[in-house]
Parts: sequence; C-alpha cells; structure tokens
Amino acid sequence: MYRIVEKKNLSELVFTMKVEAPMIARNRKPGQFVIIQVEPEWGERIPLTIADADSDAGTISLAFQAVGLTTKLLATKKEGEELAAVLGPLGNPSEIENFGHVVCVGGGFGTAPLFPIVQALKAAGNKVTVIIGYRTKSLVIMEEEMRNLADELIVMTDDGSHGRKGLVTLPLKELCDSPNPPDRVIAIGPPIMMKFCAETTRPYGIKTIVSLNTIMIDGTGMCGGCRAVVGGETKFVCVDGPEFDAHKVDFDSMMSRLRAFSPQEKEMLEKHRCNLQEAADAIAAKEAK
Amino acid sequence: MTPAEKMAIKPQDMPSQAPEERRHNMREVALGYTEEMAKTEASRCLGCKGAPCVDGCPVKIRIPEFLAKAAEGDFDGAIGVIRESSLLPGICGRVCPQEKQCQANCTLGKALKDVGKAVAIGRVERFCADRQRESGKTPLPQIKPSTGKRVAVIGSGPAGITVAADLRREGHDVTIFEAFHKPGGVLVYGIPEFRLPKAIVQSEIDSLKAMGVKIETNFVVGRTSRISDLMEKEGFDAVFIGTGAGLPKFMGIPGENLVGVYSANEYLTRANLMKAYDTEHAHTPAIVSCKVAVLGGGNVAMDAARMALRLGAEEVHLIYRRTEKEMPARVEEVHHAKEEGVIFHTLENAVEMLGDDHGCVRAIRCLRYELGEPDASGRRSPVPIPGSEFDFDVDTVIVAIGNGSNPLISRTTEGLVVTKRGNIVVDENNKSSLPGIYAGGDIVLGAATVILAMGEGRRAAKAINEYLSE
Repeated sequence: MYRIVEKKNLSELVFTMKVEAPMIARNRKPGQFVIIQVEPEWGERIPLTIADADSDAGTISLAFQAVGLTTKLLATKKEGEELAAVLGPLGNPSEIENFGHVVCVGGGFGTAPLFPIVQALKAAGNKVTVIIGYRTKSLVIMEEEMRNLADELIVMTDDGSHGRKGLVTLPLKELCDSPNPPDRVIAIGPPIMMKFCAETTRPYGIKTIVSLNTIMIDGTGMCGGCRAVVGGETKFVCVDGPEFDAHKVDFDSMMSRLRAFSPQEKEMLEKHRCNLQEAADAIAAKEAK
Repeated sequence: MTPAEKMAIKPQDMPSQAPEERRHNMREVALGYTEEMAKTEASRCLGCKGAPCVDGCPVKIRIPEFLAKAAEGDFDGAIGVIRESSLLPGICGRVCPQEKQCQANCTLGKALKDVGKAVAIGRVERFCADRQRESGKTPLPQIKPSTGKRVAVIGSGPAGITVAADLRREGHDVTIFEAFHKPGGVLVYGIPEFRLPKAIVQSEIDSLKAMGVKIETNFVVGRTSRISDLMEKEGFDAVFIGTGAGLPKFMGIPGENLVGVYSANEYLTRANLMKAYDTEHAHTPAIVSCKVAVLGGGNVAMDAARMALRLGAEEVHLIYRRTEKEMPARVEEVHHAKEEGVIFHTLENAVEMLGDDHGCVRAIRCLRYELGEPDASGRRSPVPIPGSEFDFDVDTVIVAIGNGSNPLISRTTEGLVVTKRGNIVVDENNKSSLPGIYAGGDIVLGAATVILAMGEGRRAAKAINEYLSE
C-alpha cells in the first residue's frame, strides 16, 4: 500500500511523488488534500494537497517542500518504498464553473496544487491567466506544465533571476486595473502571499479564493487543530475548507497558529538530524553505485 | 455466610501507583486486584432478589452470577458469564461509570448508605478479564457458517467493535472502515494509556481479526468512498455508522483561536495516538506547558488535566462552572485527578482568552458563578455573579466541554435524517432513515460512554442480523 512509484526533485527543496492510492486517485477532485504519515509507529500526520492523479494507474501526485522533520523524512524515501498512511481525499473540492476570466496565482510549491485547479477551470471553459512566483530561479517549478495549460503565463522571481522581477501581487494588480480584469482570483502559496493577494483584490471587489494549509492531525474534523477565523467565525479547514473567501480570512491568526509548534519543531529537527543524515548518506551511497 | 457477615466484609481498595510517582509516568494508575482481593470483594455480593445491579447495566451482564463464581475462585466460569453479555470486559471494567450504573443500584451499597461501599463490580470484572487475557486463553466465539452477506462497519470504536463481532459471529462477512491509521477509535486516541493500556485495546482488535473481521484503516467513509458506493458498487448489504462524536465544541468566546488553546481531542490525540509524550521517538511535537487550564468537568476533562501533568506541566487547573457534585466525570477519575495535584476551581468559568503580542494565550478571564434553579438536565444551573471577573495567567488552555456530531457522513449521504444537532436519527432498533443503514454510539447519542455505545452496537447488530436474514 501507498508505494512510491515515482519521485522527482523539482527544485532545491521541492519534490513531487507519485504514490499508489487507487481509491483516492479515483475519487479525488481538484482542491482536495490527503493526510500522510511517513513512519508507522512514531510518524507525524501532515496534510499535503493532491497535485494530480491518474485513476487508471491508481496513483496520486503529491508536492512538498522538505522543510520540517516529516517532509525531510519524506524526501529521503525512495521509489519502491512505502508510506505508512495516506488518508483522503479530504476537504471540499474547488468550486469549478465557467467564471469567465480567472487569474490563478501560485507561490513556491503552491504552484503544484494549483495545477489540477487550472486544468479543471480550463476544461470548464474559462480564460485562465496564471501567475507563478518564486524567490529565485533555482526554485522555479512547473513552468512548462503551466505554460502548456494556461492562456497566459506570467513568471515572477523576487530577485529577477528568471521571468519578471517582483512579487506576484504586481501583475495581479495590473490585471485588476486592465480592461479585462479577472472575474475570480485563486491564490495558493505561502500564507503571506495569499494575504497580500487578498489585499490586492479587495479594493476591486473581485472574488478571491485561497487554499489554507494549516496544522492538522486527523483531517476529518475530530481534533480542531486546523481551525481558522473566517468572516469572524471559527471554521475547521479540514471539513469546512480548505478553500475560503480570501477577503474573510484572518491571515494573522492563521499565521500565528502555523507557528504554534515551531520551537519544538526546531528541537526535533536537531534531535533527528543524525537519522536524517544517515538516510541521506544511504541514498547518496546507493546512487553512487 | 449470612447477609450480616457479608456486610461486615471490608470493601477491597484498588491498589494504585502512588500519586506523586504516577503523575510523572504513563503507566496504568489502577494496578488491579489480586486473586484474593477479587474473591473477597465478590463474596460481598448479597445475591439479593431481583438483582437491581443488572437493571443498571446497559448490556445486562448477569452480575450476581459472575460474582458468585468469582467468590468461589471460579474465574473462568465468571468471565464466561460476563462474556455472554459483554464483548469488552477488560475495557468496561476500567472505564464504565459503575457508580452511576450497576453499583448505583447495589443493595449492599444502599444498606451501608454509601454507593462507594457497593460491591466493586467493575473491579472484579476487570480482574476476571485481565486474568483471562494474560493467560492467553481468551476463547474465540463460534462463527456460524458463511451467510454470503457483507456488512460495512464505519468506525472502530466501542460501538463498531461490538457490531463487527456480533455480526461476524452470525456468519456475515464484516469489514470495519477506520479513518485513523490505527483501529480502536476513542479507546486509542482519547482515553489515555494510564487509564486504559493500549495493549488491552490491541488484544480486542486482534481477537476481531482472528474471528475474520477485516479492518481497513486510512479509509474515511464519505470521502474515500461514500456509503452509497459501498452499497451499490462494493456490494455491502448493510452498513453500520459508528463514527462517534468527532467534532470538538468550543466555548465561542473571544481569543479561543490563540496559540496554546486546544480542544481536548487534539491534546489527547497528540499524546495518546501520536505518542507525543515520548519525545525521544515521536515526530509529533509535544505540547510544552507551565500552567494549564482545563475547561470542563467530564471524564475527558480529567483525562486532559492528568495528561497535562504527565507532559510536564507545573500547575494544572480544572475550571468547572457548577460544583463537584454536578461533574459528569466518574468519581474515581475526579479522585485520581485531585490526588495527582490537579487544582479544582468550581463555580468558575472562562469568558475570554487573552493573548500576547505573538498571538499566544497568556491568561483567561473568568467569572464566578452560583447555583440557581435546576435546568433541563435536572442539575442546578450555574448563574454568573455580576462583577466577579478576574484574570488567571496560563500558557495552555484545553477546552473539554464535549463534542458535536461530525458532519462528514451526513453531508455525503443523501436522505440520511439527522437532528438539528447533526446526530443520526434512528428507531428503537438503531435503524436510520435509509434502508440497510444503521447507526449507534455517540453519533446517535451525542457524547456518552463506552458501555452505552456497546449497548447500542449490540442492539443494532441484532437488527442488522434480522434484516439480513429476511
């Protein structure tokens, strides 16, 4: 179960994996996510958005950035190895219809989960402009895939090493001001990027959707760890989301909640550093052979 | 022995780990009776007419009969009697609120004018169950020849386990679907190791598997597959929904989403299921606290408070808006929590949570209460005292005020009738509004107990069996 059939390193820290999960592959819809666990006995449960799926092959694609203990461990897993648990598809699917002109904004590895949404929006007959932004050229992912799919693709880097220099909000604002402004905006990426996308479109009153990736344990509504404030109300991202009206999300609360465990997480990374190093060395040794 | 002689026998105390020691470890608090103690306690039963204790038991164990056998040292016979009615005696002996059920009705307790001096039925039950499990001779029930019918059981908590075992016994092909990576439901994610060792739950799960029940973990019905698909495409003839009360309630007060405020579900799941207490091994971060406030007065509140001590909190305060008399928790849990140093604040309640500059909780604002007239539940309702506000510094708050009903199944199952609160509506046989679909346990009752969930499961299994035999 949950065998890794393909693993790709898209950029420095970003990986995609195709994992066997036939039921999820068959039933998932754009915008949904899974909860995974890398190690059976001691592993942590983390949510990852489904980037793509192949129902014939029975596989789903997951994209992740190896920054925490669990994602770093995941990055050490090789093709043919198995994950301890994959639960899904969780969350409500993206709302897909013919909105007209949709601008999809992807930041960093948020570009990966944006991909199936762009696919579905295109299939529903929308004109889709995609803006993808990265810190620097070496972190750019999925540019070709998006170019083939979108009506227009705008690539941004913070340092100007690839595409246009600047943040994603720059072209987003230009589009809002243009004669053909978006009818809807969908933004997936780091919380701070989603927050500023929301602020960019707010004065224009353009409906803007963000996908929240909060801390979760079960992913089915049981723990309440994922709660976020939306429109002044407490919502559970796992069962009420993950997509919400960006203009109603309290991003500051969400960002502080995302940092809830950062001291412990740092400590744990330190503690498990030798294990991670060992795993990385083992892979390097194997690849060298 | 004459009744007078029996009444003179001293009630047998439960040997326990010393409070100052156990508050720092996860091992079971109550150590269990010795054989002698079990015999002595069982011999206190008056064998009175009418056996009112049996009326108090949700699954109607023939209590005087098993106690009589235990008093004679026939523990195999005793557990045999228990197992005819109860599937999980090792678990129920530990977590049932006996003082509100069988022991509340005990004639001996009444004669001695103290429910605490009733025959300790639960402790003898536990001894009999443990003795059998430790001997490795737990008999597997007889399985009738295959009926060719397939039943899907959603959720592997007490209700689901009961339904699965009862229907498998009747020869049906049973599959349990569990969303978590480990089966057991609330028995593994909620109730802590120090109150219910997970090895005991695992042995019950192993028995189910040995009986031929299939268990699919990492499968959330409603998302991975809908009930309609299970029945129409996967060929299940009947479905039992035993998903529990999995949607934590919050107070709805300002500041509740600050960092450091957890539902008891999250707090306990991190510690129990994800084993975050073992910081050497677990990858799930532990919750590090100095001063903890637990809001609530039920068993879950006690579990969370006692868990907080074990996770290293210096001070744990339990805040409850009524008095100790109204607390829904088992008396023993309240007693254990106090012994371990949990500080009780009754007639107080939080009205706001205050944060620091980083969005972390730093204090709770409380009001004092007094008891007024009895409310719908029959308990005297707490009335706030105007102007009694005060702030209380804490760095962690655990909200343990109960669970609502999880919406996943009702939202994805067309035609399933639920109450305003989201609980599935069933008839007296636990049948839902849809043909072939039954439900039981907390998803029907609202938050209740392990034994009530088992009772529901038992009734549902009987009805499902009849439905499948038609």
